[in-house]
Amino acid sequence: MCTTCGCGDTELVPVELHEKILAGNDRAAAHNREHFRESGVLALNIMGSPGSGKTAVLEATARVVNGVRLGAVSADLATDNDARRLEKAGIPSKAITTGQACHLDAELVHRSLHDFPWRGLDVFFIENVGNLVCPAIYDLGQEANVVALSVTEGEDKPLKYPVMFQKADLVLVTKVDLVPHLDIDLARLEDSLRRVMPDPKVLRVSARTGEGMGAWKAWLEEKRAPILRGKPKEPPMHEHAHTHQHVHEHEHSHGGTKHTHPHSHEHVHSHEHAGSQETHQHGGGEHGHEGSGHEHEH
Amino acid sequence: MHEYSLVEALIRRVEEEARRRSAIAVHGLKVSLGELAGVDPELFQTAFETFRQGTVCEKAALEVVHYPARWECPRCGKAFGRGDILRCEPCSEPARLTPQSDALLLDAIDMEIP
Repeated sequence: MCTTCGCGDTELVPVELHEKILAGNDRAAAHNREHFRESGVLALNIMGSPGSGKTAVLEATARVVNGVRLGAVSADLATDNDARRLEKAGIPSKAITTGQACHLDAELVHRSLHDFPWRGLDVFFIENVGNLVCPAIYDLGQEANVVALSVTEGEDKPLKYPVMFQKADLVLVTKVDLVPHLDIDLARLEDSLRRVMPDPKVLRVSARTGEGMGAWKAWLEEKRAPILRGKPKEPPMHEHAHTHQHVHEHEHSHGGTKHTHPHSHEHVHSHEHAGSQETHQHGGGEHGHEGSGHEHEH
Repeated sequence: MHEYSLVEALIRRVEEEARRRSAIAVHGLKVSLGELAGVDPELFQTAFETFRQGTVCEKAALEVVHYPARWECPRCGKAFGRGDILRCEPCSEPARLTPQSDALLLDAIDMEIP
């Protein structure tokens, strides 16, 4: 009712929300991430075009990591072929058949965990649907995004699909054994990456010859280390650590009331100034802030 | 075609808010869309037209505010746009994406409340 005079007319009320449309997915992803970290599992979201070599790289990974326990869920619109290939390569795997969906979301990943023994793993690969567009915007709870880009796809792919590459923590340039047979210019490809990724991490690999697989293995080890120490958000230490403080405000609503929680946290981080290769991950945006009103299905 | 699942999430959220406030109709929605949100604006609009049938958004106007992709040097503030090398050479710092560049937000709902 109109509160000014009580005349009974309806009122037009603007309601300001400023909420992420994917807030629901992000909550489910945060929940997955918590599970993975608690169990010391490095979860990686593996993305790339159909045929970019995602499955082949994982198969080859099984050949080079000794004693690291790998596991995978593999998303596909219609078949479980990839999961079967991975099983054959010695990676316990499960297929997620997405039907019409062109991407995985956090809820699908969560459901896939229920009857899969992921807790005992060291590295858990989430092989996304082959697609350079849709999967990019869905957080699954992974520690890092790995994008496979094959040398047959052309040097300008990153410029055409900036969203995907901008989200990549690592780009695996795959099938490099084919380079002598192609006109591809890898320098141009890497130039394209620098125009969509501020701090690109790129490894050239061949699942077929094993080229670059050592560097990929080293990258996996580097990502695993902080998780094993239980501090996934701290980059590797160096000589001059410095401390700084971030204050964040979180706005969210629980069943009716909307409020903000300002909170501050300090973190020490450090970095080597040796070159341009390092990655920086400041825990800035995420810190597992769970309100009491969130519901989780188990 | 994930625009359909985004619109579904959007409408579900609006319906929830409308229920909570006992709204009888929703007249408008305001959405922020960054260039790097990974959303095709036309598909998003089409998906909205399709999904709003029979929902509280049936007659709601969808206003989309677009933001271009932009990066900044975290040290000197130099701006970078699409196609640039995203690194500030003088500062030897990788540029940082501005928050609006990949925004995908439900900003506001205009509701009719009895």
